[in-house]
Amino acid sequence: MSTTAAPPNASPPARNAHTAEPTGATAALRRFAATPTAGPAVALLVAGLFFTLQSDRFLSGGNLALVIQQVMVVGTLALGQTLIILTAGIDLSCGAIMAFGGIVMAKLAADGTLPPLVAIAAGIGVCTLFGAANGALVTFVRLPPFIVTLGMLNIAFALTHIYSDEQTVTDLPGALTWLGETFPMGRTDISYGSVLTIALFLFFAYVLGQTAWGKHVYALGNSPEVARLTGIRTTRLRLAVFTVAGFIYGIAALLLVSRTGVGDPKAGQTDNLDSITAVVLGGTSLFGGRGLVLGTLLGALIVGVFRNGLQLMGVGSIYQTLITGGLVIIAVTVDQISRRRTR
Amino acid sequence: MSIFRTRTTLSRSAATAAAAALLVAGLAACGEGAQGSGGDGEVKVGLITKTDTNPFFVKMAQGAKQAAKANGAELSTAAGKFDGDNEGQVTAIENMVAAGVDGILITPNDSKAIVPAIKAARAKGVLVIALDSPTEPRDGTDALFATDNFKAGELIGAYAKARMKGKQARIATLDLAPGVAVGKLRHDGFLKGYGIKAGDKSIVCSQDTQGDQSKGQAAMENCLQKAPDINVVYTINEPAALGAYTALKAKGRAKDTLIVSVDGGCTGVKSVKAGKIAATSQQYPLKMAADGVKAVVEHAEDDKKVSGYHDTGVTLVTDHPAAGSGAAKDSKYGLDNCWG
Repeated sequence: MSTTAAPPNASPPARNAHTAEPTGATAALRRFAATPTAGPAVALLVAGLFFTLQSDRFLSGGNLALVIQQVMVVGTLALGQTLIILTAGIDLSCGAIMAFGGIVMAKLAADGTLPPLVAIAAGIGVCTLFGAANGALVTFVRLPPFIVTLGMLNIAFALTHIYSDEQTVTDLPGALTWLGETFPMGRTDISYGSVLTIALFLFFAYVLGQTAWGKHVYALGNSPEVARLTGIRTTRLRLAVFTVAGFIYGIAALLLVSRTGVGDPKAGQTDNLDSITAVVLGGTSLFGGRGLVLGTLLGALIVGVFRNGLQLMGVGSIYQTLITGGLVIIAVTVDQISRRRTR
Repeated sequence: MSIFRTRTTLSRSAATAAAAALLVAGLAACGEGAQGSGGDGEVKVGLITKTDTNPFFVKMAQGAKQAAKANGAELSTAAGKFDGDNEGQVTAIENMVAAGVDGILITPNDSKAIVPAIKAARAKGVLVIALDSPTEPRDGTDALFATDNFKAGELIGAYAKARMKGKQARIATLDLAPGVAVGKLRHDGFLKGYGIKAGDKSIVCSQDTQGDQSKGQAAMENCLQKAPDINVVYTINEPAALGAYTALKAKGRAKDTLIVSVDGGCTGVKSVKAGKIAATSQQYPLKMAADGVKAVVEHAEDDKKVSGYHDTGVTLVTDHPAAGSGAAKDSKYGLDNCWG
């Protein structure tokens, strides 16, 4: 798609609405195929079909709820990562920031320094500050996001270990583990965290697709210069994107703590790359300006479905890693080929 | 223009779908291989190791595979992504329970953090056995199959004492890391075997190495700066021992310094044979996994339930036995039974 030719405030969903002629079912299909989410959606369905045929345990409400529960942490991190990648940035520090936020809230709550809810707010606040610091260095000092977040990755990692004294924090108050608990829906147990994750994705799908702020994010990713010339305050916008991403990492920290029931200083060490994997599998371009957050949710689910399905088939975890690698290459290749063709 | 765009994206989706289909077809082939004779009457055993890459765990998986075959059980494996990855192990437990395993064998990456997930699995009737390292609390799992790490330390402590008979010892301990039970047990066992207490004046240097060769070397270099006359070096494992050897050799002190270690990996035993390490306490990961698989099969078929701690044995391996150092095997035996 020749996105550079499009007016800077046109986001993909808006453009798709223009390109498709509304003539019944085929038009609807074409409109769907024209979204960057189509590829991942098809891939997820194919994988789901395959595992259903391979294992009679795959297609059950309980198992699918389990997959969602397993991807909620990386999926939420990937949501923040998507915002940054849409502006043509990258964040290597997300997993380390989350781990720090998690240990902060767990420790403050477990030793009774703060009431549980305040401790949670403190953890999320710390993550938001880290996001803001990333954003400030990228915008005001004009450092490349790759370098800034590489540095911040190490800082957050070290602070996590210093602050936690390498100790896992157990016996957390209920407020911190509540999101990991489940409620029955029909015969399936759904975790509250899964619901929060999906709600977050829907909220940001709305913000990016339907609000001026969202359109500005796409414009910034397409061409910062054009965006600036059309009157978008790009500095402020980029800072906001990094800060919002930090806030989302804070939510991910709460989800992490609730999922494992402990504050774990060693958590999240590969989650930065895992979140980028989810974004790329979801059809978002690493060059910025193109992609949808719902695609990222699908990307995270693809990884989760493969991991779960292969385990049900009895395939070892190293093959799961092998296959995830293959999927990423395929996704990026498809993105590149489609870019070349439209040039 | 608009038609052109639509067509491109259509073909893009088609390409993704085709690629996914291809990949899945490839999987089908490898899936059949992995499942083997997977019928539903078989006992299913899951093995979760700390990582996929450490030779210790590779040997463990090999032992589990052999035992599963011999007992007609079906084995599936999983591992954390890195040493310390708790969430990956939680996910593996959940997926194995969903796959309907009868029992799970696990070497926990985090002895405390894994306990809630194990509890949930046990609540669904799955037998869980810890291999190599215990959970905290230890009754977090049904049973523990592991080396007696205190005894492993004690054996090399007594050996070093016998070798140093009549000489004044200047001891360096190259330990694991703060707060890790295995490291403390081996260290304390060594002191007991040597017949000294913590804080004894013959211990002139203690450093953490994380069980890593280059960190072991750096630690030894620092210790030699502090006390150049060190003549006994206790090391947490063989990589740390080899790091210490390198540092000692550079100072020309390799010949007159006694290095003792724990593990019994093949590289380590070769170093015993070559005279770099004086003695090592060999442990048996293959046996841990094999015994674990057997216990799960017995539980599923005969309803016999294991509990408590099962010692999988430890042997002193050295080519220079000393009088009064206790029973020892030579490096040939060590190489026949080594892992990695």
